[in-house]
Amino acid sequence: MTSVTEAERAVRPAPGGKERSSVMDRGAWFLVLPALIPILVLSVGPLLYGIALSLTDAQSGRTQPTQWIGTLNFTDLLHDTLFWESFRIGLVWAVGVTVPQFLLALGLALLLNEDLRLRWLARALAIVPWAMPEVVVGVMWRLVYNPDAGILNETIRDLGLGDGRDWLSGLGTALPAVVVVGIWAGMPTTTVALLAGLQNTPRELHEAAAVDGAGAWRRFRTVTWPALRPVALSITALNLIWNFNSFALVYVLTSGGPGGRTRLPMLFAYEEAFRYGQFGYAAAMGCVMVALISILLALFLVGRLRGGDEA
Amino acid sequence: MRTGRTARAGQYVALLAYLVFLAFPFLWLISTAFKPPRELGSLHPTWIPRDPTLANFRQAFDEQPLLHAALNSLIAALGAALVAVLLATPMAYVMARHRTRLARAATGWVVVSQAFPLVLVIIPLFLVLKNLRLINSMPGLIMVYVVWALPFALWMLVGYVRAVPPELEEAAAVDGAGRLRTLVSVTAPLLAPGIVATAMFAFVTAWNEFFFALVLLKTPEKQTLPVILTHFIGAEGVADLGPLAAAAFLATLPSLVVFALIQRRITGGMLTGAVKN
Repeated sequence: MTSVTEAERAVRPAPGGKERSSVMDRGAWFLVLPALIPILVLSVGPLLYGIALSLTDAQSGRTQPTQWIGTLNFTDLLHDTLFWESFRIGLVWAVGVTVPQFLLALGLALLLNEDLRLRWLARALAIVPWAMPEVVVGVMWRLVYNPDAGILNETIRDLGLGDGRDWLSGLGTALPAVVVVGIWAGMPTTTVALLAGLQNTPRELHEAAAVDGAGAWRRFRTVTWPALRPVALSITALNLIWNFNSFALVYVLTSGGPGGRTRLPMLFAYEEAFRYGQFGYAAAMGCVMVALISILLALFLVGRLRGGDEA
Repeated sequence: MRTGRTARAGQYVALLAYLVFLAFPFLWLISTAFKPPRELGSLHPTWIPRDPTLANFRQAFDEQPLLHAALNSLIAALGAALVAVLLATPMAYVMARHRTRLARAATGWVVVSQAFPLVLVIIPLFLVLKNLRLINSMPGLIMVYVVWALPFALWMLVGYVRAVPPELEEAAAVDGAGRLRTLVSVTAPLLAPGIVATAMFAFVTAWNEFFFALVLLKTPEKQTLPVILTHFIGAEGVADLGPLAAAAFLATLPSLVVFALIQRRITGGMLTGAVKN
C-alpha cells in the first residue's frame, strides 16, 4: 500500500518550499518522539539485533549461554544446498509472479482509464483481492484447485480436456499453480499504482498525437509509457521484494510441498527458526536474503534506467 | 478520446475477462460455503448449490472457537489502528511541515523497512517479547502491529498534511491562536478524513495479518482469525471444505466492508488527493 503513494510521488513530487523551517524546535520533537521511540525500539533495534544474532549460535530452549561464532553460520549456509534450492525457487516465484502481474495490471489499468460504462463497478471489483486476508486467498484457491470438488478440474472435465489433476500436490504443477495465485493476489496494488500513474499522463499530448495520426500502440509508446515509467519501475521493484519475501499464501496453499517444490526462502527460514529453533542460523538466512535481493534489485534498476536512455 | 466501435467492443470483452478472472475464486468460495457435504463429495460440482444449506457455518463454529478468534482479531486490529494513528499523526505533521534531516531519515526508513524479510525482524522481536513476557498476549501483538503499520500510516498522513494549506495555520497564528490551539482547532478538523482513512487501512492490514500472529500467539484462545482458519486444514493437508469455506467467507466480510467504505479514496481520491496541494 505504501508503494502506491510512493510511486505516485515519484511522478509528481509534492511542491516544495512550503516547509516552514529546517530546524526543529522543542515542540516539534515532542510531536515526533511518540512515533520515533517505538520505531527505534521495535523496528530499527530488532533489525540490528537480528544481524547480530546471525553471528551467534542462538537456539531456542538452550541452557548454555549463547556464544559468538563469527561467520560460521554463513559458511554453513554457503554449503546448504537445500537453502540455495529454496532461494532459487524464491527467485523463480518472484519473477514468475511479478512480470505477468505487471503486464496484466497494465492492461487492466489502461482499460480502467478509458471512459467505459460501469467503470466504477470494475474499479471496485478490481481491488477486492486486496481487501482479503492472505490466508483466505490461499483457502479460496485451494477450493478452486481441489481435485474433486474444485471448479478448475470440473471446467476441464466439462471441456472434455481430460480428468484434470491434483494441481497443488503434483511435483510439476505445484509451483506454477501457486504462481497463478500470487499473480491474482497482487493485481490490485499494481493496478492502482499504474492507474494513478496513467492519470498523470498529459491528456493534451495524447490528443495531439492522435490528431497527428499516431495509432494506439504508437501513442502508448511515445506518450503514455515515458510518463508511466517511474511508477512502473517503483512498483515492479517493490513487487519483486514483496513477492520474494512472501509467506502466508504459499504456507496455506502447500506449506512448501510437495517435496519442497514450493518452499520459498521465507518458509525455509520460518521452519528453521520456529520449528527447529535455530535462531542464529535463520537470522543468517535473513541477512543473506536481504543482501542478495538488494544486489539483484540494484542491477535490475540500473539496467532499466540505462535501457531507458538508449530507447 | 474517440475510439472505434470494434475497439470499444474489444475493450468491454477484455474488461469482462479481467472481472471474471478476479471474481471467480471468491464466487467459488461462497458457493462452496453453502454446499452440503454430499455435493462437496460429488465429482461434478456446480456453481450454484443444488441444495443450499447453512450447516457448514454451524459446523465451523462448533469445530473452532471462531467467535473468540473474531474478538481477538477485532481487539488487535482496533488497537493497532488507533495507536498507530495516534502516534503517526504528530510525526507526519512534523515530517510534512519541516524539512529536516530527521524527517528525511524517517522517510528513508519507511522505504527501507519494506525491503527486509520479516523473518529477520521476527526472531529478535520474538526474543525481546519473550523476555518481556509478551508472547501469546494481545498487548505484545498490538505493539508489533503498530510498528508494522507505522511506515505506511506515516506515508499516507504526510500526504494528507501537505494537502492542508499552511496559510490557514498562519492565519490562525496571526489571529493570536497559540500553536497547540492552531493544531487542534484548525489543522485537526481538516485532517480528520485522512486520519480516518489511514486508521481504516491500518485496521484492514492488522485484521488480515498472518505471519506475526502465527509466530507470536501460541494458544487457541489467544489466536486471531487467520491463524484459526489454518486449523481447519489438517496436518496431511486434508481439509473439511465446507466449514473451511464458511469460516473463510465470514473472516473476509469485515475487511470487505471497511474496504468498501474507503474504496473511493483508494482508486481515485487517495492517490491524487493525498499528494495534491
